[in-house]
Amino acid sequence: MDPITSPAPPSALFGKQAVCEALADHAAIRGLNDLITDAKWDRKELTLTVAPETIITAAQAAKAAGFNFLEDVTAVDWYPTEPRFQISYSILSIGLKQRIRIISRVSGDDPRIDSITSVWPSANFYEREVFDLFGVHFAGHPRLTRIMMPDNWNGHPLRKDYPVEGYR
Amino acid sequence: MSRNSLLEDPRPTTFVAEPASVSPVADTTGATLAGFRSAEDLITPSVEDVVAATTSHHPPHGSDPVTDQTMVLNMGPQHPSTHGVLRLVLEVDGETVVSLAPDIGYLHTGIEKTCEAKFYNQVTPLTDRIDYISPMTNNLAYALAVEKLLDLEIPERAQYLRVLLNELTRIQSHLVWLGTHAMDIGALTVFLYCFREREDLLRIFEAISGQRMMSSYIRIGGVSLEPPADIYDKIRTFLNAFPTHIEEYEGLLNANPIWMGRLKGVGYLSADDAIALGVTGPPMRASGVDFDVRRDMPYSGYDKFKFNVPISNDGDVWARYLVRMQEMRESTSICHQALDLLAGLHHTRLNADAPKIMLPNREQMKTQMESLIHHFKIVTEGFHVPAGEATSSVEAAHGLMNYYVVSDGTSKPYRVHMRNPSFATLQALETMCKGRLIADVVAVVGSIDIVLGAIDR
Repeated sequence: MDPITSPAPPSALFGKQAVCEALADHAAIRGLNDLITDAKWDRKELTLTVAPETIITAAQAAKAAGFNFLEDVTAVDWYPTEPRFQISYSILSIGLKQRIRIISRVSGDDPRIDSITSVWPSANFYEREVFDLFGVHFAGHPRLTRIMMPDNWNGHPLRKDYPVEGYR
Repeated sequence: MSRNSLLEDPRPTTFVAEPASVSPVADTTGATLAGFRSAEDLITPSVEDVVAATTSHHPPHGSDPVTDQTMVLNMGPQHPSTHGVLRLVLEVDGETVVSLAPDIGYLHTGIEKTCEAKFYNQVTPLTDRIDYISPMTNNLAYALAVEKLLDLEIPERAQYLRVLLNELTRIQSHLVWLGTHAMDIGALTVFLYCFREREDLLRIFEAISGQRMMSSYIRIGGVSLEPPADIYDKIRTFLNAFPTHIEEYEGLLNANPIWMGRLKGVGYLSADDAIALGVTGPPMRASGVDFDVRRDMPYSGYDKFKFNVPISNDGDVWARYLVRMQEMRESTSICHQALDLLAGLHHTRLNADAPKIMLPNREQMKTQMESLIHHFKIVTEGFHVPAGEATSSVEAAHGLMNYYVVSDGTSKPYRVHMRNPSFATLQALETMCKGRLIADVVAVVGSIDIVLGAIDR
């Protein structure tokens, strides 16, 4: 039996309606149904898009749905597309033995999203890393300072408009 | 610059310290130490600065006359017991740790950025250098993520070979952990014994891949070379002798009063804290959370293996020691099973049937036109990976290791992100050390088994 869902849906599904219908029994779909703006079931991975304003609510809903372990927070810079930054949260359920990815897109002009450190204290370092390397501001973070780069560093290295060799 | 302009400066370069934490002290720049300052002023921070920085997350600080008498200690980045270049800033009251802040980034080399400028198969050697104690595990995690994007099926022989090498890597990593951990506590002999066995393993890795440490052996689509014919016997010889060696280490440590005194009841971490702080791997299982990716979300054919996942409910440094020792025994058993399975697959296909992704072997490349073309194309243009995102998850020696690879359909990854266990585990360090003695910090740092290359990337 498929460890993620049974019966296994076809290989890839895109769009909220298609995913919610095929995976109606999935704990994360049930828990976050109202908050999802888009969804994707691709390569046996469930990706749920939520609006950046609702990220704390979404994190709490995911936690309530059994996804109790925050594995990772990272970002993808889709420059020059807007909204530019995709913040990806990888969340694991130790009990259900499943993983979901919650993503949220924030604009490039004022990259800003609420910090989820109130829900998972482990988000602290991850959010600092995203802030350091992408320049996304996490509102409500207890100590949002650079973590990898020196404090006086100019720019955010993992942005796509930052040259690989650095500024010369 | 005037103080006001610094205060209004929203740049992330400003050093943030809580204004209430210490009394303001004027300095020549016109700023107060308790206020905002530019980072250049703090390259060599004064004691007040360090106190302000380390205690800024303890708001009541300054009101209590006892904690006012604390001292700030700088530990590292050049310190033998920090296992790399980790800097810890400790606030101590006498010998008791009041607060602790890790300072990382000394080994940051921008590997994630470099990955974006390389072809998919050129990234593999970079993954070795992240967690340099367990390169094969990193290779595997990266290969699994890209194979997921490519929807590539890996033949059983390569899967079991990967399992075998991963378990040997785990043993090797645990040996480094045990040796250095014991050396930190003062038991030098264990270190010598552990590195004797590690040397055997490194010789095995060298025979298989040509490299002792930076092996790059596990590639997208399989492994890089056919293993030499006699290697399985060598591994079997090592595995047969290894349980005796584990007993040897335990004979040195288990009843050792110093070892027990330094480890038992030290660095307690509850199961809830472990989950909240993102701790994975042996430290999480030593806190009573029964989760192992190999068993619970199997990859690379781990579902065909029978093994136990050692756990403990004690949550202290001693429990982590016991869990890892038991894990080495389980790994030995998995390796035996992998060798048995491999023996039955002797002449079957090793790598995936993907000539446009895997480099052809030299013989074919020099005799067959088609292989030569494939070789030329892979080396000069790489291969295209369908657009999408994939996360692979493996149980590394240090914990849960995830690779998140995003493709935009070109031959270079759009984004590669590594979730390394040590990075999160470091966040739990303060919880484990608070209220304990300075000497315990060394024991706790040893017990979480961090690799700074993996943390800083």
